[in-house]
Amino acid sequence: MSRTISCRIRHVSATAAIVFATMARATPAPNHTDVLWLDRITYGVNSSSLAAFEQMGRRDYLDAQLAARDERLPQAVQAQIDAMPISHQTMADDIAKLVAARDKLKTIDDTKAKVEERKALRKQGIALAVQTQERELLRAVYSPAQLKEQMVWFWLNHFNVFDRKGPEAWLDADYVENAIRPHALGNFRDLVMATLTHPAMLVYLDNARNAAKQHNENYARELMELHTLGVNAGYTQNDVQEMVRILTGVGVALNPRTPRLRANQQALLIRHDGFEFNPARHDFGDKVLLGHSIHGSGFDEVRQAVDLLVAQPACAHFISTELATYFVADNPPAALVDAMTETFQRTHGDIRSVLRTMFDAPEFADSLGKKFKDPMHYLVSSLRLAYDGREVPDPRRLVVWLNSQGEGEFGHQTPDGYPLVASAWDSSGQMSARFELARVIGAGDVHLFDGVAMPSVPQLSGPVFAQAIKPWLSEPTLIALNQAQSPLEWNTYLLAAPESNYR
Amino acid sequence: MQRRHFLATLAAAPLAGFAGRLFAAPASSPCFLLVFLRGGYDCANLLVPYASDFYYASRPNIAIARPDSLAGGALRLDSDWALAPAVREALEPLYAKKQIAFVPFAGTPNLSRSHFETQDDIEHGLPENVHADRSGFLARLSGTLNGTAAPIAFTSSLPLSFQGGGDVPNISLARVGKAAFDARQSAVLAGMYKDTALAQPVAEGLALRQQVAGEFADEMMKASRGAVNAYGFTQQAPRIAQMMRNKYRLGFIDVGGWDTHVGEGGAQGALANNLGNLARGLAAFATAMGEDWKDTTVAVVSEFGRTFRENGNRGTDHGHGSVYWVLGGGIAGGRVAGEQVKLTQSTLLQNRDFPVLNDYRGLLGGVFARLWGLNAAQLERVFPQTRPEDLRLV
Repeated sequence: MSRTISCRIRHVSATAAIVFATMARATPAPNHTDVLWLDRITYGVNSSSLAAFEQMGRRDYLDAQLAARDERLPQAVQAQIDAMPISHQTMADDIAKLVAARDKLKTIDDTKAKVEERKALRKQGIALAVQTQERELLRAVYSPAQLKEQMVWFWLNHFNVFDRKGPEAWLDADYVENAIRPHALGNFRDLVMATLTHPAMLVYLDNARNAAKQHNENYARELMELHTLGVNAGYTQNDVQEMVRILTGVGVALNPRTPRLRANQQALLIRHDGFEFNPARHDFGDKVLLGHSIHGSGFDEVRQAVDLLVAQPACAHFISTELATYFVADNPPAALVDAMTETFQRTHGDIRSVLRTMFDAPEFADSLGKKFKDPMHYLVSSLRLAYDGREVPDPRRLVVWLNSQGEGEFGHQTPDGYPLVASAWDSSGQMSARFELARVIGAGDVHLFDGVAMPSVPQLSGPVFAQAIKPWLSEPTLIALNQAQSPLEWNTYLLAAPESNYR
Repeated sequence: MQRRHFLATLAAAPLAGFAGRLFAAPASSPCFLLVFLRGGYDCANLLVPYASDFYYASRPNIAIARPDSLAGGALRLDSDWALAPAVREALEPLYAKKQIAFVPFAGTPNLSRSHFETQDDIEHGLPENVHADRSGFLARLSGTLNGTAAPIAFTSSLPLSFQGGGDVPNISLARVGKAAFDARQSAVLAGMYKDTALAQPVAEGLALRQQVAGEFADEMMKASRGAVNAYGFTQQAPRIAQMMRNKYRLGFIDVGGWDTHVGEGGAQGALANNLGNLARGLAAFATAMGEDWKDTTVAVVSEFGRTFRENGNRGTDHGHGSVYWVLGGGIAGGRVAGEQVKLTQSTLLQNRDFPVLNDYRGLLGGVFARLWGLNAAQLERVFPQTRPEDLRLV
C-alpha cells in the first residue's frame, strides 16, 4: 500500500519542475507595504503571487482576486486532486453507498460481524473526510485565487459543520463544493439558502429531525444567532420558536423512498440533491417572525424568513464585523465596520462589494502586519514558502499538521466555528505547538517516504526570502537565524519568527 | 557580539523567572480545579428529581427510574433527589465520605440559551453592566491571590476564564511526548520574541513543554486527536492531579460532548456514558491527589441546564438552571445544597426550564472566600457586585 503511494508521488515529483515555472519580473520589486498587503490578500507571499503582483500592480491584482479570475492549480497538484476518489463520485453516489451499507447492517444478526461491518463503514467515512480536507488544503496552498480560498475557509467556518457527526463525512465534500464555493464571493442570501438546503447542515444542526409534532430548535437558533443576526440582535425566544415552526419539514432525502403524501400536499414536496421539504412534517399554521406575519404556505415561508433575516441591519452589521475581524483586526474599528455594513445593505449582501469596501479603507492599510495568524493561515503561509514551486509529496500530512494546531477543517464540533482572534491561538501551549510544527515543516520530506531515504530540507532561503522577507526582518530574528546550527534549524527559526506569525 | 547576545538571551528573565515559579507551590495550601462541561449537560438525568411525578410525565422515554425500583439503579440522596446509576459506582464512596455535594438550580442570569454567549458570560464572571474589563474570573482570582496559587489550564488553548490577567500557562495533557527543543534551541526561539507582546507565553510554553516531558517521561501516552471528550478526561485526570499536586494550585479543564439534542438516553446511553466517564475521572483525580486531596476543592459547572421535558427526538434542548458539583477531601458534602424549589409545571422558568436560584458567582465567590479567606474588596475584584453565598461547603 505505502509503496504504491510513494511510487505515485515520485512520479509526480518528476514532472513538478516543469509545471511550476515562475513568471518573469516586469516592474520594480515591491516595497514592504506591498509585501504586507499581498500577505493579507493571499494566504502568504510566494514566488507566483509576487510575480503576478509585480505584473499587475495593486489595483488589477485586487480585481483579479475579487473575481477569482484564475483558479488553475499547478498541474502536479491538480493531478493529486484528480487522483482522489472524491473527485470522481457525486454526493448521490456516496449517499447511495451509505444507505446500502446501512441496509446491509440491518440484515446482519451476528454481533461480531455487525461490529466489523460498522467499523468498515466508519473507515470509509473517514477516508472521504480526509480527502475533502486534503483537497481544501491543497487549494489553499496552491490556488492562484487566494482571496477566494480564504473566503471559502471563512464561510465554511461561519457555516460550520463537523465531519464526525452521523453521516456528515459523506456529505461534506459536496457541501464545500456546491453550497460554499459557488457563493464564496457572491451573494450572502444565496449562501444562506445554499447551506439551509444542504443535507450536511440539516444533519449537523438536527433540523432533519425538526417536524410539526416534534420540534428541534437547534438549527433555528443557530441560523439566527450564528449565521445571520448575531447574538443579542433583538430577537426573542419567541422568534426562535417561530423560526423552528417555519423550518419544520425542512430535512434530508438520504434514502430513495419518496414520502407518502396526501394528494393536496404532493405539489408542495421538494426533493433534490439529498434535500427534502416534506409538507407532511411541516406546521402550516401562520407565524410571526421579528414582528412580520408569515402565512403558512410550505417551503416559501423559509424563503420569506431568510429574506427577512438577511435584510435586517443586524445581519449586515454582524457579517461585516465577522469579515473585518477575520481580515483586519481582532477588534475592528467601528468606522470600518459601519462602511462595510452600509455597502452590505446597499448591495443586498454582495460579498465582493463588502470586501472591496474593506480593502479600500484606510483602516485596512493601517492594520497590515498586525493580525496574528490563526493556525490555518500559519500552516498555509509556511507551506507556500516551504513548497514554493513544488508540490507537497503527501497531502495527508497537511491534514495532520493542521489538526496538530487545533484547527482541523470540518473538525470543530460546535456550530460557532473557530475563533478569529489572536487570544484564541497565542497562548503558551499553542506557541510551543506552533514552533514544533515549524520544525516539522522545516525538516521537509524526510519522514514522508516509507523506507525511501529522500532527505530534502526545503530551501526557505531562496529568492522570495531575499526579496520579500529578509529586508524587513527584525534584529532579534536575524540574530536567531545566525545562531542556527543546521539548515533545519534555520528553517525552524524563520518559520517560528514573529514575522512569520503575523500577516 | 552575537555570542554575547546569545548569552543574554539564555539568561533572559522570562524563562528563568518562570522556571523558578514552577516549583513554588507551598505545601498544604488550598488547591482549586474548575471543570467546565461545555455544551450544557442535562442535569435532570444526573441529579434525578425522583419525587416529582411531573419529571416522569415530562420524560416518557428518557427518565431515570426511581431509586427504589431496582438494584444497581439510582442512588437515593434525600427525599427529593437521586443520583444517576451511571455515576453511582464512582461517586457513592465520595458521597458517603461527604466529599461531594450537588447544588441544583445553579447557573447564570443569562437567558440567551446560547452556548457561546452563556459560556463566555460565565467565564467572564462579570455583571451585565460591566463592559470595560473583559478578563476571566479565574484570571482575576489568580491576580488577587498574588502569586500564592500558581495557575494553569490543562487545555490546548487558554480558556476565557484565565484570559486578561497576565500570563497563565496552558498545556493539554491529552497527549504527552518528548520535548521538540533542547535548552539552547528554546533560548534562541524565546530570544526572537523578547521584545514582543508574546515574550511571556513563548518562554512559558517552551519551558512548560520541557517540564511536562520530564514529568511524564515514564508514561509517554499514545497521541489522541482533537478535543478532550469525557473519555479523554478519565485518562487525563490522574495526570492533572500529578501536575497540581507538585506545582499548581489553581487549575482549569474543560470537557465537551454534552449537547444532547438527539438520543440522549436514560439510565444508559450517550449521556450516561459521558457522565460515567466524568465521574470515574473525578474519582481517579481524588485518589491521585493523595495527601493533597484534603486541601483540594473541585467545582463542576456547565453553561446551562436543558429543557425539563424531552424533545421530539428523545433528547433535550437548551435550558437554563443547572446542577453544579462541588468535590473535595475536606468539604462538608454528602448533601444537596443551596436554594431549592419543588419541581412542578408552575415552578419551571417559562414553562420549560429549571430556574436559577443559586447564582454561580455568589456560589463560587463563597467557596473562594472560605478557601483563601478573601475579604470583601478581594471578592469584589473577582466577582464584582456579587454577594457571596456561603453554603458552608468548604
